[in-house]
Order: sequence, then structure tokens, then C-alpha cells
Amino acid sequence: MSEPLIYEISSPGRCGVEMPASDVPETELPKDMLRSNLGLPELSQLDVVRHYMHLSQMNYNIDGGFYPLGSCTMKFNPKINEDVARLNGFAFTHPLQDPQTVQGNLAVMWHLQEWLKDIGGFAAVSLQPAAGAHGEFTGILIMRKYHLDRGDTKRSVILIPDSAHGTNPASSAMSGFTVKQLPSDSRGNIDLEALRAACDDTVVGLMLTNPNTLGLFEEHLEEVVKLVHACGGLMYGDGANMNALVGVVRPGDLGFDVMHYNLHKTFSTPHGGGGPGSGPVGVTEKLVDFLPGPVVDAEYPDDGDDTPLYVYRQPKKSIGRLKAFNGNFGMFIRAYTYIRVHGAEGLLANTEHAVLNANYIRVKLRDKFPVPYDRINMHEFVCQGKFAGSDVRALDVSKRLMDYNFHPPTNYFPLIVPEALMIEPTETESKETLDTFIDAMRKIADEAVNHPELLHEAPHNAPVKRLDEVKAAKDLVLCCMPIEFEKQATA
Amino acid sequence: MTYIPHTDANRAEMLKAIGVKSLKDLFPDVPAQHKYPKLSVPAALSEMETWWEMQGLSEANADVNHYACFLGAGAYNHYSPHTVDYVLRRGEFYTAYTPYQPEVSQGTLQAMFEYQSMICQLTGMDVSNASHYDGATSLAEGVLMSMNATKGNRTKIVMSPLVHPQYRSVVRTYTQGMDISIVGDDNLKSDLPDLIKLLDQETAALVIQSPNFLGQLEDVKGLADKVHAVGALLIVVTDPIALGLFMPPGEYGADIVCAEGQSLGIPLSYGGPYLGIFATKNAYVRKMAGRLVGETVDSDGTRGYVLTLSTREQHIRREKATSNICTNQGLYMLAAAVYMATLGKCGLEQVARLCWHKSHYAAKAIGKLKGYKVITDKPFFKEFVVKLPKPVSEVNEFLLEEFDILGGYDLGQDYPHLKNHVLIAVTETNTQQEIDDLVEGLKQVMEQ
Amino acid sequence: MNFPTDVKYTKTDEWIRVKGNEAEIGLTDYAQNHLSDIVYVELPEVGAEFKQATAFGSIESVKAASDLNLPVSGKISAVNDSLADTPEVVNSDPFGKGWIVKCTVANPAELSGLMDAAAYQKYCEERG
Repeated sequence: MSEPLIYEISSPGRCGVEMPASDVPETELPKDMLRSNLGLPELSQLDVVRHYMHLSQMNYNIDGGFYPLGSCTMKFNPKINEDVARLNGFAFTHPLQDPQTVQGNLAVMWHLQEWLKDIGGFAAVSLQPAAGAHGEFTGILIMRKYHLDRGDTKRSVILIPDSAHGTNPASSAMSGFTVKQLPSDSRGNIDLEALRAACDDTVVGLMLTNPNTLGLFEEHLEEVVKLVHACGGLMYGDGANMNALVGVVRPGDLGFDVMHYNLHKTFSTPHGGGGPGSGPVGVTEKLVDFLPGPVVDAEYPDDGDDTPLYVYRQPKKSIGRLKAFNGNFGMFIRAYTYIRVHGAEGLLANTEHAVLNANYIRVKLRDKFPVPYDRINMHEFVCQGKFAGSDVRALDVSKRLMDYNFHPPTNYFPLIVPEALMIEPTETESKETLDTFIDAMRKIADEAVNHPELLHEAPHNAPVKRLDEVKAAKDLVLCCMPIEFEKQATA
Repeated sequence: MTYIPHTDANRAEMLKAIGVKSLKDLFPDVPAQHKYPKLSVPAALSEMETWWEMQGLSEANADVNHYACFLGAGAYNHYSPHTVDYVLRRGEFYTAYTPYQPEVSQGTLQAMFEYQSMICQLTGMDVSNASHYDGATSLAEGVLMSMNATKGNRTKIVMSPLVHPQYRSVVRTYTQGMDISIVGDDNLKSDLPDLIKLLDQETAALVIQSPNFLGQLEDVKGLADKVHAVGALLIVVTDPIALGLFMPPGEYGADIVCAEGQSLGIPLSYGGPYLGIFATKNAYVRKMAGRLVGETVDSDGTRGYVLTLSTREQHIRREKATSNICTNQGLYMLAAAVYMATLGKCGLEQVARLCWHKSHYAAKAIGKLKGYKVITDKPFFKEFVVKLPKPVSEVNEFLLEEFDILGGYDLGQDYPHLKNHVLIAVTETNTQQEIDDLVEGLKQVMEQ
Repeated sequence: MNFPTDVKYTKTDEWIRVKGNEAEIGLTDYAQNHLSDIVYVELPEVGAEFKQATAFGSIESVKAASDLNLPVSGKISAVNDSLADTPEVVNSDPFGKGWIVKCTVANPAELSGLMDAAAYQKYCEERG
């Protein structure tokens, strides 16, 4: 299956939508400042619609099938969320309007802040960061400023376990810190001895994903927190795996000082083919003043009226602004709706069933796909795509799954498990779907031994066969252009 | 309610397979003293009740479909053709993940490749990434890239005070842990010639915005040469709608182009999600942050697309990555692509022309009012500055109450020397009637 | 796998072949094999100076990237420009046409700290 490029279906003179003629007298244009040509495509409206319809048909997606993608939390995106975000009063309000004219928006933001505080066990939340990595960066800048504000200037090291997401070290480096990597022990926890040795007065903090990327709850968490706090460091929580914790335990209660949430994972806002996300940050009392501003506050009038006035407030020692305007507001609406529909009980039920689903798959697959840390896991687990007497690799398993109409699990991550397949089913998948997936995986394990070529050459039924990534990186072709420009260029 | 499909029988069977008695047994490692906190999240509502609540909240807002909007300052009420939301609503796009598995993500990947291509055409640059969070973070990444591209030896950034104030603030937030000095906007009255004087061998980049925050088109002739003469990069923040008509930054020598892409069919949505446009020259492609799609072939020789140059990114290079960015604004990149494809060459130019004509019509009419002064020292595109005879807040309150108008942006907030100056945005969506109402409102507020 | 004896080896998988005052430097067969298809080599400028074991460039495959460290302190005297178009030569001929840079040897004593072929082969076998 292939679809021509947009420039290949363009014809001079076509236009997908006509703009009206000017209803005001015209003003002369400054001729010397104008552009000579504009190489955008020219298509009829039907051309545009068919083009994107055809492209959409080449995509795997949650609405179409199961995405057991570890650490990504590909849960169902409820349809009411999409309609709510498009309500006139939300979708068509300007970010710089007087707060008095957008009290509905501020109410949504304030309540979402309050609920996230409650769910995470934190003293305050800023909704501003646009994604998980953006939230991490925010959190590290907060830790940085906290230490500096105390006059503690020699801290420069961020501790990060070897199982962490790549964004953790990258966010640390962007904040001007060096990264010290900590090894994992034989049960998949942080190696306590290594941590003890690393804890000194240069430590800014420890970035910890809990449950970690093996899907395991840190068994010595209390000890870890004690060690880090004892040396004056702070605990950063990567909230990527919050879908394992909501309603069961609050990271703030466990000793985390700052954490980002991923609304696009835990709170069902859609992944959109790579974004947008939303990465609010929660902090404990001592970090409240450093949050990025502004945050929303509720003021109650003196006359006893219980309708508050929502206002913006700048935290006293704020690290500053992380993006323009008010954060990814469209995602706040969806997350608000999601929390409202579920209530506290529904949120807890989600967590329990996410963990139930993940453990169910683990026990049904572990005889065919080795599980290196085989204990009760949280919302995800890691097994290995390697088979005695076969040269089939995890990547081949992934590609073969496409032929069975499943999206592959996360591959080759975490880095500490060779041939890793990281599986996270989420709570919204039924037992029937899981059983079909388990059957497919077991068949693939047998094929890996008996018909390895089926896996090496997979996928067989996808829109394209395996793509040549080496060619893409070597003969860089990063854009195309209007056909007539191409002709001119080659002439 | 929840979206959990499990029946009691399912649950029982699954728990048995795992070898535990109840759901509560699935959390053995969670410290008991902290387990099951009592949350104050309110009780669940049905879908129908939720819908009503959300409608109520949305109706507590004054929106630009019911009020005439003359507020811009970095977010604009442009018209979005219906094709855009039609495509955005397709579950095949919005419920898809990042296209790390290219065989089942060709739709997203080709759309990204085409977006990159159209942005290159629009900006006049060689290469575009697949988006940053918004215009402000795109600029921050541009500043970081200019430091890398000049080999980390240069620690000074010269920034025009007429770059969006929030963007300047975001750049400072991003760079607070680094050894870098940002100059130029310490004097809010600095003009281009003043900024040029600050360029030296320590300078990694000059950052300008055109049209600038006041809506004015900067005189960029010969600017790039002066910047390149000291070995620095020229970073231009721009407005994609203006590029429908005006000379693209690539044509006047920009090295990095950053822009807020919201104008390209993305709803105002109270400030986000928006789209950070980022484009540069081929020479800097490996220094660039963010995802990038490249063309290749599959094992049958069929054309296809993949994420490429991933070794720049955090999931491979970790602390040595060009940036920490992972999730971007994928879906709104798609919106911008559909917008550009729908309007096309003629349509975008028409939108730009309408913005030009209508904003000039408004400026002329306001300029004729007694007590008002339109600042016209430089050509402007769709926004302009008016000096008011009264505080901006007072004027805006009157316009809102009496004329259902959302007035312009109070420039005194960011530029003390522009107290009582308002920034008025006029787009193709403002009718002549609305503009005439605005003029009438301004006239009446004088008589108050 | 190839472990020629006319070069010395670093723990970060570079080799160095000294010829008079100049040395040729490249990536070992073991390392190119681990990286698989090499798609890009970032080269330094001629004249740039580096201390021993500091990064002078980097090398990338599709899925991995690693720094290239100078085995001895010195000044870059030549770079292999042909790698810009044909980086895959590092895969096909790592110890020959796939050389990466040449440099002066500022302090010959530093060479004695490097591994010979036998020691490096053992080091590679330990890592699997």
C-alpha cells in the first residue's frame, strides 16, 4: 500500500477552501518586502480529504487494536473527552483574556491542580509543562533552585538508575548537572550499596521511576529515600508509571519531593501520534515557592459567598516560565473529564485492573518468553525475545506481532535486559483481547524455533515491509518540494 | 463509571491464573502504612452528568465566537477549514502512538514528512523537525542549538526586546543552569542597530522577531551578513501567516527559524496545545533537537518513511542528546499540515492579504479618532500599537461591557515605556462590522 | 574478528598506528561490529588539539552513537574526508581505508599505557 506525496497530487490553480473577498477598502502592499513564490501544494478539498484518509488507513491505533506498549500506557481514549475539549467556551478562548472572562477555564485548572495534588500526595501542582520530559526538566530546575536558595552551591550530581528512561539523563544535562548512573541489583531494585557510596554533599537528587521500567515496585524504597534525604538530596519521581499507583499509594507519602504526571498516559489524553502530552509537576511543601508560574488560586469573597474567584498567582521564588501561555489546556479539559467520570473509586479500580492484566499476561507467557525478574509486577513487566536454538531476536517477535494485528511491545528497553520486550496492557483491555494476544505470542515463540524465516521477514501483512533505516540515515531525504521546483532544480 | 471491561468471572479466572486471592494481593511491595489513601477526588459522575457539568463550565467563559476578538500577542483567532478537525478527529491519527514502528505508522510518518516539506517551503529553510511544544520552547531550543553549533565556545546571546516577552522569559528559564549571558533586551527600547552593536566574537546568536511583538516587520536587509561576520547565527521568530505574503527568513539568511504554528488551523484553546515550528539549514541538521522523518525504501523497494537521525535524541544518546524532548505536538503538526494542504499556495496568501487589509483599515480608522495615536514608524502586518487616552484596562472593560469586544493586549505589562499602549490584532475573521464597532467603542469610551 | 598486531588499542575501542612523529587512528573491528552499519562519522578540524582519552569526534549507526577518543594527546594533522560519503568503509576496512584521523604524538610515553593485540582481544572476549 502506498499513497502519493502531497506534492505529487498537486495541480496549479486548485484550492481546498476559498477565502472571502475583502469587505474593507484595500491598502497597498510593501512590494519590496513580499516573497516571490510560495511552494505550498494546490489541492481540491476532496483531494485533501482522500489523501489524509488514505494515510490514516496505514496507521495502527488504539481505536483499531491492542497496544501492549510498555511505559507508554496506551489506554482507551474516551470519546466524551474529545467532544468536551471542542466546546465553544474551551476551544475558542484566548490565553490572554482577562481571567474574569474565563472563570470556567480557571475552574477546570484549579480543580485539576487540586485533584492531582490529592492523587500524588503533594502540596502544590503546576500544570504548565507540556510533556513528561518537560516536566522532568521543570522538576530538576526546581531542585536546583531549592539548593541555591539555601546557599548550597556545590551540588551538581543527579543520580539515575540504569533502568531509567533516556529523558532522565537528558533533562539533567540540560539543567547543567552531571549524571551518575546507579546499577540495579539481582531483583531489579536500585543497588543500595552503590547508592550509599554515591550519596554525598554534591548530590542534587535521585531521579526514580517507581515502579521502575521493569514494572517492579522498588522494594527498598524507604531505605533509598532515607539515604538520599540524609545527604541533603531530593527525591524526584518520574510519573511515567503512575498508572500503577493511582489510588493505591501516593508518591508524596512515600517520600518523593517532586514528581511529574503524564496526563497522556495515566489520565487518558490521546497520544496523537507523538503528542501533545501534558506533564504537570507536583511538589512537597518546601518546594512550593519554586514552581513555574503562574498557578491558579481560588479566592473566596468576604461576604460568605461560596463561589470562589479564580485568579493567577506567581509563586514567590519561581524558576520562571516553561512555555508561553497556560500549558496544554486542551489536555487539562480531557484529564478533568476523565477524573470526573471515574471518581476516586474508579481511579483505584483502573490501577488494580491495569496490574491484574499485566500479571495475567506475565504468568501466561513466562514459559515461552523468559522473565528475568519474575515476581508480582505492577502495571507492566519485561520478558525476553530470545529462544534456545534460534537466532530470532526481540525485534523479529515485534515485527511478527504486526501480522497478528497487534502493535509490538516496547523493544530493547530497559537497556539492562537483553532482547527486552516490555509489555503494558492497561486496564481497558478485556480478558478476551489479552487471551488472543497471549495466543499470538505463544504461536510466535513456536515459529521462532520452527519457522524463524517467518519472523526474520515479518511483517508480511503490514502496509510496508521492513524499512531500510540505514539508507534513511545515510542518504538523508528530509523533505520534498513542488514538482515544478524539482524540475527547475534538476534543469 | 470506568472503562474497565472485566466481568466478575474474568477477574476470578485471572486472579487464579496469577495465584492470588484478590486484587488487593497484587501490591505486596507497597508499604502497608501508606496503602489506599483516602482521596478527596469527588465521587464519580455518569457520562451524561459529566457532559452537563463541562457544558456549564465552558459557558462560564466569554469565547471568540460570541465576542469580537482583537486580542493577539502570539495567539490568533484565524479561521480553520473544516478539513482540519475532520482529520484530527480520526482515531487512526489521534489514538496512534509515536511512530517508532514504521511498518504500522506510515500514515503518521508520511504526514510528518509532508509537514517538514511544507514548513521548509514556507520558511525558505532546508530542514524542519516534526515540532516542539510551542513557539517559545522552539526558540529556547534554537538558542541552545546555536550554542552547540558554535561549538560551545560562545556564551552570549543577543536578543531583541521585541521578541515575545513570554518567549524571552522561557529562554531564560531554559538556560538558567548554563553559563550564558542574554543581552539586548535589558534595554527594552533597543532597536536593530543597537543590537548589531552588541555582536562580537563571544556571540552565539542574534535573536529577532519579524513581524515583531508589536506586529512590525523588521528591516532585515543585510542583517544576516553582519551576524555571520562575527561567526554567530541569526535566529528569526516569525508568524507563519505572514509568510503567506512576505519574504521568508531563509531568503534573507536566517540560520534558524522558530514560530508559533497555532495560526495554522489550531484552535486558540486557551493557550494550548499549540505547535512549535523549527527549521534550520542542512549544515546544522545533526545539532537539531526533536524528531525527524526521512524517506527510504522497504525490502521490496517500495517508498516509505522512518524516524531518522535518532542518535541525536535522548532515548539513544541520553545525557549527550541534543535535547530531552520526547513527546512533541504530533497531532497539531498534523493540523498544520492539513491546514496548509487545504488552503494551499493561493489560500494562505489570501488569508495574509485579508489580515493586511483589515488591520490597516482598522489602524486608519482608529488613527482618525481624537485622542488616539497609531504608532506607524515601521510597516506592520496584522497587529499594531495604539496609544490610548486612558488606561488599557479601563478601555477594554468598556469594550467588553458595551460592545461584546475582547480588546487588545496591554503593552504596559511588559514595556513600562508603553504604558497606556494597546496591541490590537486584526485577522481575516474580523468583519468590517466588528472593526467599525471597535472604532465606535473607542470613540465612546473617550466621551465617558 | 581481526586484531592486527601493528597497532595499539584503547579501552574505548580505538586503535593507533604510530609512524614516526605521526599516528593514524581508527575504530577497532570489534567496535564496528557492535555498532553495525555505520552511517555517520563526525570529524574534528585539522589543527585541533586534544588531550589523551578525550573525545575528538563521534561515530553513529542507526541505533547507537559513541564518542571517539584520542588514544594519545596530540594535534589533528589529517582527517579521512572520504568518510563523509562512505562511512561504511569503517565497517568494511576498519584498520585500513577506514582510518579516521591522523595526529601528532605530543607525549610518546602515553603509548605505553595502551593495550597490545593480545591484551585487547582478551578485553573484548570478556565483554562478549
